[in-house]
Amino acid sequence: MAYNCVVAIKQVPDTKRITGQAMNDDGTVNRGALPAVFNPEDLNALELALQIKDKFGGKVTVITMGLPAATEVLRQAIYRGADDAILITDRRAGASDTLATSYILSCAVKKLDYDIVLCGRQAIDGDTAQVGPQLAEKLGIPQITYIEELLTVEDHHVSARRNIGNGWQEVKCKLPVLMTVVDEANFPRVPAAKMLMKFKKAKTPIEIQTQLKKDNPTASDAELKQFADMKINELKQQNLLFKQWDLDTIGADLKWCGRDGSPTKVHRIQSVVLTARESKTVDATDGGISDMIHELISDKTIS
Amino acid sequence: MISVNRNGEVWVFAEQHDGKLEDIGLELLGRARMLGDKLGVKVGAVLIGNKIKALAEKLCQYGADNIYVIEHPQLEHYQTNSYGKVICDLIHKHQPQIMIYGASACGRDLAPRIASAIKAGLTADCTDLQIGDHENKAEGTVHKNLLLQIRPAFGGNIIATIINYDRWPQMATVREGVMPMPTPDPKRKGQIIAEKIEIDKNDLPIEILREHKREKKVNLKASRIVVAGGAGVGSKDNFKLVWELANALGAAPGATRAAVDLGFIDRDHQIGQTGTTVRPSLYIAIGISGAIQHQAGMSDSQKIIAINNDPTAPIFDVAHYKIVGDLNDVVPKMIKAIKARV
Repeated sequence: MAYNCVVAIKQVPDTKRITGQAMNDDGTVNRGALPAVFNPEDLNALELALQIKDKFGGKVTVITMGLPAATEVLRQAIYRGADDAILITDRRAGASDTLATSYILSCAVKKLDYDIVLCGRQAIDGDTAQVGPQLAEKLGIPQITYIEELLTVEDHHVSARRNIGNGWQEVKCKLPVLMTVVDEANFPRVPAAKMLMKFKKAKTPIEIQTQLKKDNPTASDAELKQFADMKINELKQQNLLFKQWDLDTIGADLKWCGRDGSPTKVHRIQSVVLTARESKTVDATDGGISDMIHELISDKTIS
Repeated sequence: MISVNRNGEVWVFAEQHDGKLEDIGLELLGRARMLGDKLGVKVGAVLIGNKIKALAEKLCQYGADNIYVIEHPQLEHYQTNSYGKVICDLIHKHQPQIMIYGASACGRDLAPRIASAIKAGLTADCTDLQIGDHENKAEGTVHKNLLLQIRPAFGGNIIATIINYDRWPQMATVREGVMPMPTPDPKRKGQIIAEKIEIDKNDLPIEILREHKREKKVNLKASRIVVAGGAGVGSKDNFKLVWELANALGAAPGATRAAVDLGFIDRDHQIGQTGTTVRPSLYIAIGISGAIQHQAGMSDSQKIIAINNDPTAPIFDVAHYKIVGDLNDVVPKMIKAIKARV
């Protein structure tokens, strides 16, 4: 019995390597200025999907919503063994909060044939862990969050152990289901050299168009389109063209997308300005440290 | 979603498991009380389970005016769909203006499901909740008395204040320990409102096979002294310095998220926005740079000692005692000084 998995993945700014210009003046994230990575727990979700495929057969489709550059995480997923990759990119999807994002993703996932939808528990740029459960609700399917071990997939049911903070819980659920995966679940495989060689030239149409424009700054729009269409066709023949969908392709109602579809708005963004408090500098010597400890004993901080 | 309803109550999800209220719900009632008083509206607590009505009184004592009690044998164990359905129904019926959940495993599973179903906004892991006005300059409008949902964002480089002014309720999750536990008032009285609800098979798609609960390895919130290590400690092996100093002081060992992610110590010890918030008499930060998410979990400590070899580390901005030096040198000296007094 084969199972089809859809994995929702995200390209995120590497929050551990952030520079000063991370934010735009309007308080939104300046993604262009940041090193981008595959969201770590999405790799765990992908790994779980690939394990299901390895064991039972079926197809693994990865889907991401983002700027054209997010195609990179699709390639990374294909190198690891995903069968199909879809980029949802559309200017009208910009400034989506988690609710609008989950709506857009749900419109896309509904077009696919799936038994199991997988997501990382949370993305490191926001740490909200909201999109998974929201996507499950929009798809009208149950959710199993924080999966640390998949136990069985059989008879159109899945059982799994989930981390509930102060312990664990083993649950069973009929398919289809959405599962969010934590980093303890597995060790994600690395890209396979063979797949890397085969698919390193795979692209989305918008990547091709952007690159051509950059390489041919003097070409007219008509010429660019002609070149691009040729190249797109060529990649398609070679099976190296990723699917690219916009909000029209997936039939999304614009009312629920982007800024309009997002109930949460930014009221204010403050840079973190730390004001130093009154403090003592203690010498890192026996004498300095001993004096500090005595002071803390005499004011009863240490008893 | 519901529309803007200025008379709506401020609600708290009163999480309970096995007939015992979780601290987080009580902590949230303290803040809900403050928000409710500021808005001049009542505070409601939503209590769901089986045979749990007796817990309602405690919720009154901690600040709730109305306790919405939903009892059903099928609600004995938490499930996303069944609990979600109950809360969505109650929100539609009573139109609260604010709904706060604990950012526990349960709350973080439940709240987004509800937000999606009622098409309302939700802000995760708030470190502060206030009431304030929002001026929309482009539209020339002012939205008065909104819930300001304040949280560090984006790797702690910024503090974001999030609002929702059109699609209500305004919803947020808050980690345990972020809001101080209010002092209960045994004389406080509230109204218990029993709600009837139908639960059918479709609301219970999950079969719970087995469950194992364990005590937390450390009680950070209850400790007078916390000794915490960061990535700067360098290795799991070297983290024994943190343990040794903690033992010498009878303190609880804590850690930053970075140290936990590096495997130096169990996640139970994590302090910060996505861990536990502590307010001890003394906090000793060892090899901790002091990212804002970490500071969110410890800056209210009465006294803070910071040990770091980088004199520009942000942790020094909140420290009362600054020790610039190698922790491998400084920590043993501290242990020696502490042992010398006895």
